[in-house]
Amino acid sequence: MEAKVKYYLEIADNAFILSHRLSECSSNGPFLEEDLAGTNVALDLIGLAEPVYNEAAKLNKKGESGDDLAYRRSENNYFNCLLTEQPNSDFAFIMTRQFFMDVFNYYYFMDLANSSDKFLKAVASKSLKEVTYHLKRSSEWMIRFGGGTDVSKEKAQKAVDSLWKYTGELFTASEADLALRESNVSVDLEAVRDKWDQKISEIFYLAHLKKPENDYQMLGGKSGVHSEYMGFMLAEIQFLTNKYPEAIW
Amino acid sequence: MKETLENTAELLKEFEAKIDAEIKIEPRDWMPEDYRKHLIRQISQHAHSEVIGMQPEGNWISRAPSLRAKKILLAKIQDEGGHGLYLYSAAETLGVSRDQYIQWLHEGKAKYASVFNYPALNWADIGAIGWLVDGAAITNQVSLQRTSYGPYSRAMVRICKEESFHQRQGYEIMWKMMQGTEDQQRMAQDAIDRWWWPALMMFGPHDSDSPRTSNAVKWKIKRETNDRLREKFINKTIPQAELIGLKVPDSAIKIIGQDAMGENMYEHSDINWDEFWSVVNGNGPCNEQRLNHHIRAHEEGAWVRECALTYYEKSKEK
Repeated sequence: MEAKVKYYLEIADNAFILSHRLSECSSNGPFLEEDLAGTNVALDLIGLAEPVYNEAAKLNKKGESGDDLAYRRSENNYFNCLLTEQPNSDFAFIMTRQFFMDVFNYYYFMDLANSSDKFLKAVASKSLKEVTYHLKRSSEWMIRFGGGTDVSKEKAQKAVDSLWKYTGELFTASEADLALRESNVSVDLEAVRDKWDQKISEIFYLAHLKKPENDYQMLGGKSGVHSEYMGFMLAEIQFLTNKYPEAIW
Repeated sequence: MKETLENTAELLKEFEAKIDAEIKIEPRDWMPEDYRKHLIRQISQHAHSEVIGMQPEGNWISRAPSLRAKKILLAKIQDEGGHGLYLYSAAETLGVSRDQYIQWLHEGKAKYASVFNYPALNWADIGAIGWLVDGAAITNQVSLQRTSYGPYSRAMVRICKEESFHQRQGYEIMWKMMQGTEDQQRMAQDAIDRWWWPALMMFGPHDSDSPRTSNAVKWKIKRETNDRLREKFINKTIPQAELIGLKVPDSAIKIIGQDAMGENMYEHSDINWDEFWSVVNGNGPCNEQRLNHHIRAHEEGAWVRECALTYYEKSKEK
């Protein structure tokens, strides 16, 4: 697979898979407004993934559509980070996963908006507006959890402790990513990491939350090695396209 | 006492004069207690229906078969929740809080549209729900845009705009399925077979069996009767079904003439009212599932609402 196609898929898969996790929360929100806000983010992310899949399909020149890429690959050809596929548990967990990803997306797209690749530059610039709002919402929730009740603070800290090990992968460049660095298509993830780290420290300070001492990090998603959860998620996503491969929906 | 009675009679006269003159009743206006009660029941039932209605469609979000289909379904479900919000807000102007309305729902004291107690079993159900269920809802809601209570009427104007998009996307799904493979066509027919009668039931019992209709029509809360709205829906929908090759599951359907606009009018079998009342009274395929889901999500979110409230109180103190 050409490096650029792989890199596009990393971006689209992160958005598509996280969007899917959020869409599973519909009708499960703690109150109606938050239920709708969650769906809204899910919609933004699928709206981000769609053009990138379409463009990747064009670049790939195999006669596939964007839908084929989203719906018809095998599990080891999805390249989303492990963080995005972690299953929903409570609202603190869902929001912490979102917060980690929103901070990443914010700084990542800010840098990607200077990419030499015109398409990625356009996608990043457009997404920034939405991602800025996502980050505002999730950081406000982190601060609210920390400053709310004992229960909310405990749940948020537990979510941070549990999800921390999936954050390192966000900044671990794939081979495709490194291959595109020199031509300024991809973004220096170390620079994004520094800004991410600073933002996390700032919000954790305001939220009275602690970074975990155990800094063990899990990798795999970007190279197609996923968690056990991924297969079940894809079984649902691909149910109709697998069962009725000839059908057009 | 006498003075109060005279006063009330005077206020009632003013209220009725406004109704006659098509002037909207606003939250601070005097209104008869029965009018308020009727609205509390009807608007909250409407709000709950929008919210519970998110569940059968939500059942297919994770299996939506294309990026476009998934986006549309998510956006549609989000719209329904938004309608719930407008309607809860309209209902709150009657002096009852959203928390109270939700509590009544959980206690079984408030109802929601019975149609959502049917299951969404295949992808074409998402089409059928949009086309038939939203289609039936719009027929009713278009007339409710002229309802006499201001906040309800204004909510309806906004809601109708979005509902007509919902109906079109539902019909588009059915159309695509009918253009598709044999399996897709089978799914589409299966969906209309299961949703046709529940959609007709949405208009409620015959006018002769609908105890609340007379007051509601007199006060212009309700602008057209159940049977009249049902006929409108049937006349509009049967040609749509035929156009894409679907059959309405009623062997007695026949054209009995044309209306003033030259559109066909149809005769049809009577609805199975035993089934209707059975589902209304709690014995549908999903009554328990829908309500339990809502109760569970609400209970699981209790700590979040408490957190938000506590944080807000603490911030005020600072």
